[in-house]
Amino acid sequence: MVEDIRSILKEHGKLSVDIAGLSDDADLYQAGLTSHASVNVMLALEGKFDIEFPDRMLKRNVFESVSAIRAAIEELTGGA
Amino acid sequence: MSKANESPHVATAMRIAREVAGPQAASVDRDARFPREALDALKEARLLSAFVPKAMGGLGLGMIELSQMCEALAQHCASTGMVFAMHQIQVACLVRHANGVGFFERYLKELAAKQYLIASVTSEVGIGGEMRTSICAVEKSGDRFKLDKDASTISYGEHADDLLVTARAAPDATPNDQALVLVSKPDYSLERTGAWDTLGMRGTCSPPFKMRSTGSAERILPAPFADIASQTMVPFSHILWASCWLGISTAAVSKARAFVRNQARSKPGQTPPSAMRLAEVATQLQMMRANVHDVASECEYLMNHPESSIDVLSSVAFAVKMNNLKVSTSEAAFQIAHRCLGICGIMGYKNDSKFSIGIHMRDSMSAALMVSNDRILSTNAAMLLVLKDD
Repeated sequence: MVEDIRSILKEHGKLSVDIAGLSDDADLYQAGLTSHASVNVMLALEGKFDIEFPDRMLKRNVFESVSAIRAAIEELTGGA
Repeated sequence: MSKANESPHVATAMRIAREVAGPQAASVDRDARFPREALDALKEARLLSAFVPKAMGGLGLGMIELSQMCEALAQHCASTGMVFAMHQIQVACLVRHANGVGFFERYLKELAAKQYLIASVTSEVGIGGEMRTSICAVEKSGDRFKLDKDASTISYGEHADDLLVTARAAPDATPNDQALVLVSKPDYSLERTGAWDTLGMRGTCSPPFKMRSTGSAERILPAPFADIASQTMVPFSHILWASCWLGISTAAVSKARAFVRNQARSKPGQTPPSAMRLAEVATQLQMMRANVHDVASECEYLMNHPESSIDVLSSVAFAVKMNNLKVSTSEAAFQIAHRCLGICGIMGYKNDSKFSIGIHMRDSMSAALMVSNDRILSTNAAMLLVLKDD
């Protein structure tokens, strides 16, 4: 799952650094993720994992790192 | 202003609006000069520390009363209302994100005691109006910092005591990794690089400047600007600006009412045709007022319950709602003024008539431009792709 998340961030996150150089806990916003780009990341994640992020999850800290995104997806897919 | 009489502080702002801001408004507009008399009166009444907690010497007011004050001031002088609003937005950022931090706690007490006026330096040449992006950076060395910014506009920059400046958090930080820095006289200098000769809001005196500053590193707010922006700067800006626009609209509709009454008196028994147009514009004003009051009340509630509201304040749903308030009230403000011009006719078109609508049209035209509505709508368009609202 982490690899899928990383590849979506690489494609849609418009990060100012290479995602490969960031740890799972690195702050994506400090790496240049803008709120606009984060919307595209959300959309790609919803498509890839066949999920819908409920509005309560649409906030900054849910998408702040690879680990945080993984935790959110696991919550929605029942830990699969 | 229905509930205004419940607050003695709002009553004070209304008195200053009527007795000081109103009488100076024409010369402020004509000469594009700072509304000094009104700001002095607001300082005298200690309203510049309206949002500072009581324990620190302020009045401890909330969003609703601030909103009512902005509306009252802008009804009589839009520039005064907007200067007051912009100052309160800066104070709110400090109170809500730096209170409890040694330096800022001392600063806020001093602000309350001395009634300092803070200007905002978020704009920058080259960022295209995107507040959440900076080019300039804070350069720290030891316990000092250096920060230079080429600002495309600083409202009342030459009349402020202190500046609250956005910048990249460090020279190697990304454009959206920003910090907020408080710089005070005599630690900064401003070199004016252009003029402020505009259609409206002329008394905000907002030309471009090159700002140079240094200071002690404790003047950098510890919270990331991303949080300060979403939880405080954006909601306070959009609600207090909207309150100013509501004041402008109220002023325009008051003139239209007076004009229609005059017409009606001249032919008793006959409802003048313009009365229908007045009835129409009154519905739009009521909708605008309900919008501002609703969002201000919700915000005040959220801010009074910080433990449960941080999540709400940083959510996409809340951001969309704030943006909706900004776009809808800024459009309404100009439409209402334009409709009032239609009602007052040539008497509204004349600059020297008591029914003159020109100043309200010119002032309200700034509303859709200060943070461009197109930019806000495009942000909302993106956010609505993921927001379910269910």
